[in-house]
Amino acid sequence: MGDSKGGPLSRGLGNLSDRALLLFTGFVYLFLYAPIFVLVFFSFNSSRSTQTWTGFSFKWYGALLQDQSVLKAFYTSLIVGVSSTVIATAIGTFTALALVRYNFRGKGFTDSIVYAATVMPEIVVGVSLLVFFVAASIPLGITTIIIAHVAFNISFVTIVVRARLSGMDRSIEEAAQDLGANPVNTFLRVTLPLILPGVMAGALLAFTLSFDDFVITFFVAGVGSSTLPLKIYSMIKFGVSPVINALSTVILVTTVIFIFGGSRIFMKKEEG
Amino acid sequence: MGENKGRGWSLGLAGLLTPVTFWLGIFFVIPLLFILAYSFGTSGVYGGITLGFNPSNYLKVFDPLYLKIVGRTLLIATLNTLLCLALGYPLAYFIAFKGRRHRNALILMVMIPFWTSLLVRAYAWVVILGGNGIANKILQFLHLTDKPLNLIFTPQAVTMGLVYSYLPFMILPLYAALERFDTRLKEAAQDLGASRWHTFWRVTFPLSMPGVIAGSILVFIPSAGEFVIPDLLGGSRTVMVGNLIQQQFLNARDWAFGSALSIILAVLLIGAIMYYVRRVGTDQLEGG
Repeated sequence: MGDSKGGPLSRGLGNLSDRALLLFTGFVYLFLYAPIFVLVFFSFNSSRSTQTWTGFSFKWYGALLQDQSVLKAFYTSLIVGVSSTVIATAIGTFTALALVRYNFRGKGFTDSIVYAATVMPEIVVGVSLLVFFVAASIPLGITTIIIAHVAFNISFVTIVVRARLSGMDRSIEEAAQDLGANPVNTFLRVTLPLILPGVMAGALLAFTLSFDDFVITFFVAGVGSSTLPLKIYSMIKFGVSPVINALSTVILVTTVIFIFGGSRIFMKKEEG
Repeated sequence: MGENKGRGWSLGLAGLLTPVTFWLGIFFVIPLLFILAYSFGTSGVYGGITLGFNPSNYLKVFDPLYLKIVGRTLLIATLNTLLCLALGYPLAYFIAFKGRRHRNALILMVMIPFWTSLLVRAYAWVVILGGNGIANKILQFLHLTDKPLNLIFTPQAVTMGLVYSYLPFMILPLYAALERFDTRLKEAAQDLGASRWHTFWRVTFPLSMPGVIAGSILVFIPSAGEFVIPDLLGGSRTVMVGNLIQQQFLNARDWAFGSALSIILAVLLIGAIMYYVRRVGTDQLEGG
């Protein structure tokens, strides 16, 4: 095995171990994508089977659009996602500001609670909230779902915004204050525009986590309200059907559009 | 003026901290204290709970039936973490060092499954591993079996589903660690006569340790507490701790035992993170 002495990037894919690595990488990508392709493929099947191809059809998408309960669940997810994102982004941004800009007693404790909320197993968060809501006689429903989503999203927003804040030059804010701007004005006119990419990234993460959450929602939703993941779960439990494939495909396509859109926006920001 | 400003700042601080204290205090810390209290309580026959100091809920875990479930959970979560590392490391390495100008596209391709609904990804495996699913068709096509095998509702199916779901959580921090890596260090090692194998194990891998730790935590913790994937792919035969907790709260209505299980799970997992971070952290300091 000749150790070629060029830089690793200029070495190319010439030798055996590099080719093995390429092959392995291809295999892992195949593993990541093959199940998704199978899923999408059978959403266009003309029969009820999700296993045997019988012909092309759009009928499962039609069935999906007719399904009022799916549309309702989607609507619920949207309301929960937007409201919990707005609240959690505000609270998380405030928390990040407090943690980066101030030294105070109990800072370490606040910090640990914020991190604990991200590493606590979801099922533990879910059951503890269930126990709490029942004990406090708060009826389970969309309100409790929003409360729970805000609770787990605050920490993620805090961490993302904090990363942006700690890399920031404070002299611009000091200049604003020296020029007579009050703290509120300084925040709105100087700090906020500077940390906006971090706040947006935090909000995007919060919305995705909320829209995708199953476990915590499962415990705090009660019987009346169902988010999209809860709906998908009950559909799978009820039986495999191409309608679920169609719904999955719609979710996938939406995700891909969001990721491409999001990465465009963020990459432009980075360049600018 | 100075005094005024000082007071203004502390008022500002109070304003910034009030919402988080309120929300996480009431909807995160207090609920955890509730299940801590419930875990020492006694469940009534009709689902009510009497508070007290009753350690029997914790002792119940040592019942061989439950101990087996705890053991299975830790085993599956560990196996899942190792498999994700084995599959994810070479991929992250490839993107970081061989990806060249396709790096962004390659990492985006890892992000897509990462952002896709966990339930959608679990459902894909329900279909694939199901009775007459594609997995069985491939096995029959390759003449590895002549009649459909029972693939779903096994520990293997659960592990498969977990690896599939958590692999991106491993790749992203690994890539973040490797991407920052200064390739001149590798060149230096090789110029000094180290073989590529040696260079990897002595230079690249140790320096990527923060990524390995972050990835392992991100995979191990949620998979040990997982209940959707074992529920959909494991059925009633491959129960993990998450399913056991869910059963106590929703079917069995033994909230005291369910609370004790939750506390045990939380303590075990958070303890594991702290131990892991500390041990690997000091090892690195000693090595460096």
